[in-house]
Amino acid sequence: MSVIDIKGLSFAYAKQVVLEDINLTVEKKDFLAIIGPNGGGKSTLLKLILGIYEYSKGSITILSNKSKNSSSQIGYVPQDTNINIDFPIRVIEVVLMGYKSKRRRLFGYGKDELNSAMSALEEVGMDKFVHHKIGSLSGGQRQRVMIARALCANPEILILDEPTSSIDIGGQKEVYQLLKRLNKEITIIVVSHDISVILEYANRVAHINRKLSYHDISNREHNFSIDNNIEHFCEVELLEMLGSEQCIDCSESKCEWSSEK
Amino acid sequence: MIEALEFEFIQNAILAGILVSFTAGVIGSLIVVNRMVFLAGGIAHTSYGGIGLAVYTGIPIFLGASMFAVAAALLIAMLTLKKRDRIDTFIGLIWAVGMAIGVIFIDLTPGYNVDLMSYLFGSILAVTREDLYFMSALLIIILFVILVWYRDILAVSYDSQYAGIQGVNIKFFYTLILVLSALTVVIAIKVVGLILVIAMLTIPVYIAEKISSSLLSMMFSSGIIATIFTLIGLYLSYSYDLTSGASIIMVSAISLGIFLLLYRR
Repeated sequence: MSVIDIKGLSFAYAKQVVLEDINLTVEKKDFLAIIGPNGGGKSTLLKLILGIYEYSKGSITILSNKSKNSSSQIGYVPQDTNINIDFPIRVIEVVLMGYKSKRRRLFGYGKDELNSAMSALEEVGMDKFVHHKIGSLSGGQRQRVMIARALCANPEILILDEPTSSIDIGGQKEVYQLLKRLNKEITIIVVSHDISVILEYANRVAHINRKLSYHDISNREHNFSIDNNIEHFCEVELLEMLGSEQCIDCSESKCEWSSEK
Repeated sequence: MIEALEFEFIQNAILAGILVSFTAGVIGSLIVVNRMVFLAGGIAHTSYGGIGLAVYTGIPIFLGASMFAVAAALLIAMLTLKKRDRIDTFIGLIWAVGMAIGVIFIDLTPGYNVDLMSYLFGSILAVTREDLYFMSALLIIILFVILVWYRDILAVSYDSQYAGIQGVNIKFFYTLILVLSALTVVIAIKVVGLILVIAMLTIPVYIAEKISSSLLSMMFSSGIIATIFTLIGLYLSYSYDLTSGASIIMVSAISLGIFLLLYRR
């Protein structure tokens, strides 16, 4: 059963085409990794799915809903770099922002809201940090709080934009292990540069550079693991391994990921 | 100093200091966390155009300054929401044009004898009962708005994109914060003047941000810190015959220096 169905989607900023004729189907409980070069349209695609940007050509169907503003069943975790870590706010207040209710209290929080936020924090293992200031947490812990905020509304789909871009390798692994666990219940879509890490967890890879190429790697022969001392891959090399027809030559200067071992 | 409290103008000055400082602490918190300091500077200086207009036409100074400040806030909100790139250029332009309009109106005023320095550096000892009513009303409105919309204001200030996805009207709240900032700037001009107003809106807030764990506690603690700075500044101003606005800002700046030396976390 597909939870997201994108057909013939194109998008342009002013006259610059960013996405062209995108066709993508995301099945229930997929763990989809979206990779591609900077400026290739990855984050734009997420924002179109979330309804932040309006598309003019094509269609996006989310959980059988064709409305252009149908993001209510999607949990969203933005890039960590967008967040002001000096902001005076406690963990519980951040998570409560994810709660969606029709009737909001003027001041303070209702029992339902607090219970929902606490369950989300327990789910991500951050319930002991409820009253901590968000800026006092490590990058990995902060990102788990952001995931809890997205889970607060019980979404069916969880979308994460570069969730591990500013955290250490240990924190990255923690976040992806958490996502893998959550993937038993919900569909996960992750935009990431950390290909070698994410391939341990994703079952599908979509490569976006204006156009989209799509790879099912659930039965892949290559088993990438950071424990195998292969910390970084060049994306193009990787796509060649996966048999992409979109691959271009990989030169050192174009590689965003080093091949250090 | 105690005997000075018998004078009405001193009582007015102290009351105005408390009202304006608390308001500046609350709104300054929103300005700082939303990274609007430069925007608030633009609004403060643009309001000089309203002061010039008021002097020329004879309307109340608060009214003229408020009209220009609110118009500047709406214009800046529209520009920042629509055209974020090059926004610094537009704000710089609005800043300078507002000042220029003020200067020209004052040039055109026949027999002009208004003390220009009192608007640039404040004139807290000249606060009237009517000024106090305006300041009290503004503080009540601000506290009411924050009480009613605290969660939305918090969401927009912390992560506006996420707030937008959650259905919060970010344009409305962004504009609301700017308009409240504009009105706060207008009353703060009376106490510290338009040149020093930014320091009043930011120094207490910077200290409060370091010691607060929530936006609400930051607002109230910066309000209290700003009030303490203002009262000490007023005392020094009275005792040593110094300009009140400059005294308040110097007390704030020295306190910030001491705080930074002691607070290393």
